[in-house]
Amino acid sequence: MKRFLAFVKKEFFHILRDRRTLLILFGLPFVQVILFGFALTNEIKNAKIALLDYDHGQHSRQLTDRLLSSGYFQVAENLQSYKELEAAFRRGVVKMAIVFPANFTNDYTHGKQAQIQLLADASEQNTAISLTNYATAIIQDYLREQTGAVQALPLAIDIQTRMVFNPELKGAFVFVPGVMALVLLLVSALMTSVTIAREKETGTMEVLMVSPLTQLQILFGKVLPYLLMSFLNGCLIIALGVWLLGVPMQGSLLLLLAETLLFIFLALSIGILISTLAETQLVAMFASLVIMLLPTIFLSGFIFPVESMPRPLQLISSIIPAKYFIAIVKGIMIKGVGLTYLWKETLTLLTISLVLTGLSLRNLKTRLA
Amino acid sequence: MNRIGYIIEKEFKQIFRNKVLLRMLLGAPVMQLILLSYAANFEVKNLTIAVVDQDHTTYSQRMVSKFRYIDNFRFLGYLPAYKPAYQQLLSGNADLVLVIPPHFERDLGKENRGAVQLLVNAIDGSKAGIAAGYAQQIIRSFNEDVRAEALAVSTTGLARVTIENQYWFNPRLEYKTFMVPGILFEILILVGGLIAALNIVREKEIGTQEQLNVTPIRKYEFILGKLIPFVIIGLVQFSLGLLIGVFWFRIPFEGSLALMYGFAFLFLLLSVGLGLLISAVSDTQQQAMFAAFFCLVLFILLSGLFSATENMPGWAQYLNVINPLKYIIEVGRNVMLKGSTFRDVQQQAITLALMALALISLASWSYRKTV
Repeated sequence: MKRFLAFVKKEFFHILRDRRTLLILFGLPFVQVILFGFALTNEIKNAKIALLDYDHGQHSRQLTDRLLSSGYFQVAENLQSYKELEAAFRRGVVKMAIVFPANFTNDYTHGKQAQIQLLADASEQNTAISLTNYATAIIQDYLREQTGAVQALPLAIDIQTRMVFNPELKGAFVFVPGVMALVLLLVSALMTSVTIAREKETGTMEVLMVSPLTQLQILFGKVLPYLLMSFLNGCLIIALGVWLLGVPMQGSLLLLLAETLLFIFLALSIGILISTLAETQLVAMFASLVIMLLPTIFLSGFIFPVESMPRPLQLISSIIPAKYFIAIVKGIMIKGVGLTYLWKETLTLLTISLVLTGLSLRNLKTRLA
Repeated sequence: MNRIGYIIEKEFKQIFRNKVLLRMLLGAPVMQLILLSYAANFEVKNLTIAVVDQDHTTYSQRMVSKFRYIDNFRFLGYLPAYKPAYQQLLSGNADLVLVIPPHFERDLGKENRGAVQLLVNAIDGSKAGIAAGYAQQIIRSFNEDVRAEALAVSTTGLARVTIENQYWFNPRLEYKTFMVPGILFEILILVGGLIAALNIVREKEIGTQEQLNVTPIRKYEFILGKLIPFVIIGLVQFSLGLLIGVFWFRIPFEGSLALMYGFAFLFLLLSVGLGLLISAVSDTQQQAMFAAFFCLVLFILLSGLFSATENMPGWAQYLNVINPLKYIIEVGRNVMLKGSTFRDVQQQAITLALMALALISLASWSYRKTV
């Protein structure tokens, strides 16, 4: 035990000595939360648009004013022809163009079918959709005002929509759990696999092997500091989420911390498994990236909804641990549910980590040395 | 000159010897592109809906049946009361709950007004918005059916203005068309920045750098020798990604191929330069990896790969001025999807060239032959 403690102490020294890595380890979650929280927004502000007004009539002018005063759009170019529009799109200056055909005002006032064209640069697909949606809403508002107050329709069904759990539709409710899963995987799995691979690569693993420590002790000693760091990181993200981004903490904090520990345990077992297979740090890192981080980002439901994926990917997604962890974090923090609702996810995480630990222990005997 | 050749030969031997790494180098872009094109989809489909019908009339049943035959919805079943329905939301089994209160049909007939309640699980705000939109649309169309029957006329009214939307360069609004050009370049900075940095620090860490230092290799030869192999590998990856993008995913390619390769080359120089710089200031692979990771996460999230840069707050836009990935992704989308010519993207070209130059000179300056 004393030898083990000495070994753990050495590992801690290793980590603490490298100030820069330490700084990045704790800076990374911070930066991610800030970026996701404040920088990545799909809200449109002052989008640059082009105007192609063949009409020059009362309604086209009023509509343009209305669009511009909304604050969503600003006119970057006044065009004379379609040809110029294509050039403007190619330079990437404007994202959308509004075209009023000749006689727009005339057609509209005389009750004929009038047309407005919204041409969006859909090479940025999200922006294109938002821009046309915003513009459509503003135009329809204008038209409704022109027609006067809508007369009360008979047999009206009133739809009362309630956004449960997240009435303000805050984005943080999705990405805080996602970032937490990502960072924990990054710190636990990537760091452990790389440190162990490092001992192999630089040859110090052999030195450790001939020391009186058992293999398991070496492993635990390697893993323990990262467990602690991951846990601190997890707490940091929870704190940032709650205090900075207003994610609620409805459920039991204790349960959340316990589940976090379980997920860290799982991530560490992935890290150990990778390190038993990888001989160099480069391979360990790449394996962690390709096998673990990419699928976590794409398939865990963190960014893209799982239900919309093709079947085979949905199947793969069901073995991605982060998916369950994210569900657990959302459940506890936002819905305030307890184990009665989350036992299935918890059990899945537990099973996956036991299987992984078993696999790495089997590999360990033959490979680590 | 010959000496550079030897270093390059050595690098390639090392890379080809490591089969696992080689497979990953080529596999990573393929996997990213495939995952992206099949998994990355913001479409909202297969929404599960549970219904609490306290009215039990023809109207309420007809409204529910409207949901049953729409692709976007999966009907979970009837629930007796509000409470069990809320529990379905809690457990995540249902995305939406429709509550039809008692006397719904009677109120609608007698008072011309009826109300239904729609509960939406809104943890994922954007998904919830779309889901609610779909459901409201269905209820409204039911409303119009009922009204038309009762009044025997259509009341939708004549829309006198049509708004025609045209989506240029990506008419079907496919997410992959938007993503692939960006991903192609994002992969390059991964190879250049990350792999190159690790490769050089590795020499320091395992001590072979000292052996290189005592050879007559000059500084610029060493740097070129390290730079060239990664540029070549990057170009191979780029070609592979481009082939998959164009032939497998059918992404349109409007612009000039030569221009795309020109930018790929320039961007690789820049990425490897960044890798060299990171390796010069790091002592261990772990340090280099995390430093590179930090930069890359920052670059990628801010680059506009996922969400438009113009909507970001001021500080993020200032940060973006030094984000090479932002410029190259603009170029990728412009050239590939819109067919922009060099003149359209010359500003980005100049910026990227200056950045590459600055990074490589900075890296060579901070690299010392004595470690």
